[in-house]
Amino acid sequence: MHTKTIAQLSAALRSGEISSVELTTLFLARIKQHNPALNCYISITEAQALEAAAAADQRLKGGDATPLTGIPIAHKDIFCTEGVKTTCGSKMLDNFIAPYESTCTAKFAAAGAVMLGKTNMDEFAMGSSNETSYYGAVKNPWDQGRVPGGSSGGSVAAVAARLAPAATGTDTGGSIRQPAALCGLTGLKPTYGRVSRYGMIAFASSLDQAGPVTYSAEDAALLMNVMAGFDERDSTSVEREVPDYTAELTNSIEGLKIGLPKEYFDDGLDENIARVIERAIKAYEALGAVVKEISLPNTALAVPTYYVVAPAECSTNLSRFDGVRFGHRCDDPKDLFDLYTRSRGEGFGAEVKRRIMIGTYVLSAGYYDAYYLKAQKIRRLISEDFRAAFETVDVIMGPTAPSTAFKLGEKADDPVTMYLSDIYTIAVNMAGLPAASIPAGFVDGLPVGLQVIGNYFDESRLLNVAHQYQQATDWHLQVPAEFQ
Amino acid sequence: MEWEIVIGLEIHAQLATRSKIFSGASTAYGAAPNTQACAVDLGLPGVLPVLNREAVRMAVKFGLAIDAQITPRSVFARKNYFYPDLPKGYQISQFELPVVGVGQLEIQVEGEAPRVIGVTRAHLEEDAGKSLHEDFHGSTGIDLNRAGTPLLEIVSEPDLRSAREAVAYMKKIHSLVQYLEICDGNMQEGSFRCDANVSVRPAGETALGTRSEIKNLNSFRFVERAINIEVERQIDLIEGGGKVVQETRLYDSDKDETRSMRSKEEAFDYRYFPDPDLLPLEIDEAYIEAVRQSLPELPDARKGRFITELGLGEYEAGVLTASRELADYFEEAVNVAGDDARRTANWVMGDLLGALNRAGKEITESPVSAELLGGMLRRINDNTISGKIAKQVFECMWNGEGDADTIIEQKGLKQVTDSGAIEKIIDEIIASNPAQVEQYRAGKDKLFGFFVGQVMKATQGKANPAQVNELLKRKLAG
Repeated sequence: MHTKTIAQLSAALRSGEISSVELTTLFLARIKQHNPALNCYISITEAQALEAAAAADQRLKGGDATPLTGIPIAHKDIFCTEGVKTTCGSKMLDNFIAPYESTCTAKFAAAGAVMLGKTNMDEFAMGSSNETSYYGAVKNPWDQGRVPGGSSGGSVAAVAARLAPAATGTDTGGSIRQPAALCGLTGLKPTYGRVSRYGMIAFASSLDQAGPVTYSAEDAALLMNVMAGFDERDSTSVEREVPDYTAELTNSIEGLKIGLPKEYFDDGLDENIARVIERAIKAYEALGAVVKEISLPNTALAVPTYYVVAPAECSTNLSRFDGVRFGHRCDDPKDLFDLYTRSRGEGFGAEVKRRIMIGTYVLSAGYYDAYYLKAQKIRRLISEDFRAAFETVDVIMGPTAPSTAFKLGEKADDPVTMYLSDIYTIAVNMAGLPAASIPAGFVDGLPVGLQVIGNYFDESRLLNVAHQYQQATDWHLQVPAEFQ
Repeated sequence: MEWEIVIGLEIHAQLATRSKIFSGASTAYGAAPNTQACAVDLGLPGVLPVLNREAVRMAVKFGLAIDAQITPRSVFARKNYFYPDLPKGYQISQFELPVVGVGQLEIQVEGEAPRVIGVTRAHLEEDAGKSLHEDFHGSTGIDLNRAGTPLLEIVSEPDLRSAREAVAYMKKIHSLVQYLEICDGNMQEGSFRCDANVSVRPAGETALGTRSEIKNLNSFRFVERAINIEVERQIDLIEGGGKVVQETRLYDSDKDETRSMRSKEEAFDYRYFPDPDLLPLEIDEAYIEAVRQSLPELPDARKGRFITELGLGEYEAGVLTASRELADYFEEAVNVAGDDARRTANWVMGDLLGALNRAGKEITESPVSAELLGGMLRRINDNTISGKIAKQVFECMWNGEGDADTIIEQKGLKQVTDSGAIEKIIDEIIASNPAQVEQYRAGKDKLFGFFVGQVMKATQGKANPAQVNELLKRKLAG
């Protein structure tokens, strides 16, 4: 039962083959068994989960169930959940019980989904390996000596090890897609503004976007049907009709125009990964797609530009963690300055401090024009590259990450190498486009992800393109041996 | 040496919206600490600001009233600094692109020619909370009820040349925001306050001197005092061979002095940048036009109308239009009185304002409503009572004894206009004062007043004065 997709579980719940309480109990037992090794959950909300499952069972009987009613789900610990500890992977919020509910998690609750717990993540979503978490690293279910990727490492590892049928994640520079690639899952970062950010603890406001982490594209569509939509409490969410994301899944992709950016296949790409991606492209051609080489000339500027924009925004987003109203406060502050410096010094980890300092620097008088303003200009150039590309192709494909999962600790002391893990994903956030990572094969027993980038609000097409591939392949159904 | 004073004001007007600028919490004043601060105001993790459209409409109203450019696409920016009463660690304000651009207004200091003062800009921003240092014994209490209250910061050009001009400018803006109903103007509660940038330069010099900024002045008197004291300090400093340093100063009204708060070197680097949580504010022509249509008659236009249509003098019209409430009161009283607007103006500016002043009341709290006053003036105009008797009626109305007609009726104050009755009284007075009659007839004209007085005394002031004059003249002529 634990290896079934949500589509299958939903049918089983409706037919009475299993109840939500039984299903929830099953996943809670798996969490108890495996979480100590994998460390994917920060909080396990067993009592609330069983209560919600019982309510879902009533609703299933009552006939007003949604496809998600009774389905267990894990939420990244970046979403505020009322009455539940919400840490963002930081010591700073180790004592923070959120007094309100995020829009995204509230929508899942309203649909009848059952929250199993809150998942581990890089501290404040800053990291590509889940090693910056105050709660310790998360292990990759495919090889527990390796990282699951980050920052949504806990969500992805939980789903990959079948400790949850699906999870929410957030993606600021690749934080859904890169771990999905490293753990063999389907991950979707929607168009910026498609999913409300209200109640999602901000890292970089102009880049952050929540999305689903699932086995299949079909499951991702089911989650998107719940998550997507305008929220009057988020001024950057877009007032635009939400389609039924499952409606176009089965459409033919005959004639689909796929663009392959030459910059994504240059010398920096591991040749084993390149072979996996090329094979996936061949599969698409077999399904009737047409492939074309394109160019995204400003690709190389994406990472450096991102590391100006994202730290700038985070440096001020994180100013509210000052020890005054909530979160960590140092013992016996002797004055206000001491309260600030020690509370923040003790509450934040090294990577968060690094980015706050970079961000503070690039916004400072005398440096603003040279860094922040220039980065914003380059950001427009990056968007323009994509705009031009989408005039001739329907989707863009390439590798999600430059390598498979790396060893724990391997890049932890080398921030720049770590930052380059997101070289193919970051530009998508800079432009605000939607993109998915789907499992496309293995190299030395480790999963490889294919990234599919779409035009603005073209999530239905992305999911259709992913689903068609998943109908022809079974990479997405592979489960690590220990968790089958 | 002769010095020229250069002043620019930054006025903070709290906008009279019901809810805060970026949240739904109430803006009402005086609630228990932190009871009007919601998750957004507290800066909880994950919350987001949503712009209050009403605050935007109010800013646009102000912009149109000072003939300013309304920025088609303005931007909210974060002003970053740490302070306990600033929950997010940044204030959402506007920096490079404010909603209201360059505008202007005319001011007049009594006895001087009118001057046009430039307004550089006006921008929307949120207020911070309050730090409470008393009652906490070595700690500081934080009240975030005020956090997120909408402010319009109105920045003038350095066009003001004296403390009196600064006050006249501030009063003009104070009146304007109340006319526009975008600010209650309550200075005690901090709804209207200003910072003054002050510098001096040798007369004739065109370059600006080094300025100091005096923070948080919340009364017209303090503005005038603080500027004068600061000007004196700067001149003394320069004439003594020193130099003014750019700094922020505080005015201490108890000691009547300004003192340094922080110098330019210690000034914060606010690291302004566009707030990524808020989209640029776009305002189109149709919207501006709709707001323009909704504007009330503004003080200058009203003053002009009082002069041309009601025949008031420049000074009277200025006083009566200084606040919208007073002007509204006056117009209503004129309408009820029916005619003679100048008489109404004299009564409002004299007896009414005098009584209000003595009682420490505002025009809106007047025990004598515009309708009551107008009703009484109508009775002067139609000769039911004399101006003198009216003073008595006014006092009765002030004490809540009813309207003029009731009081006149109950107290028998109706003017005697029956010439037979008046003639009879005159005849009696002539008969009982033969000596005076003789002297008058012998040419001592001054005694006419004596006879008028006698008649008024006999009628308890109720005789129509014009009639008394006419009949007396005839009878005394013999």
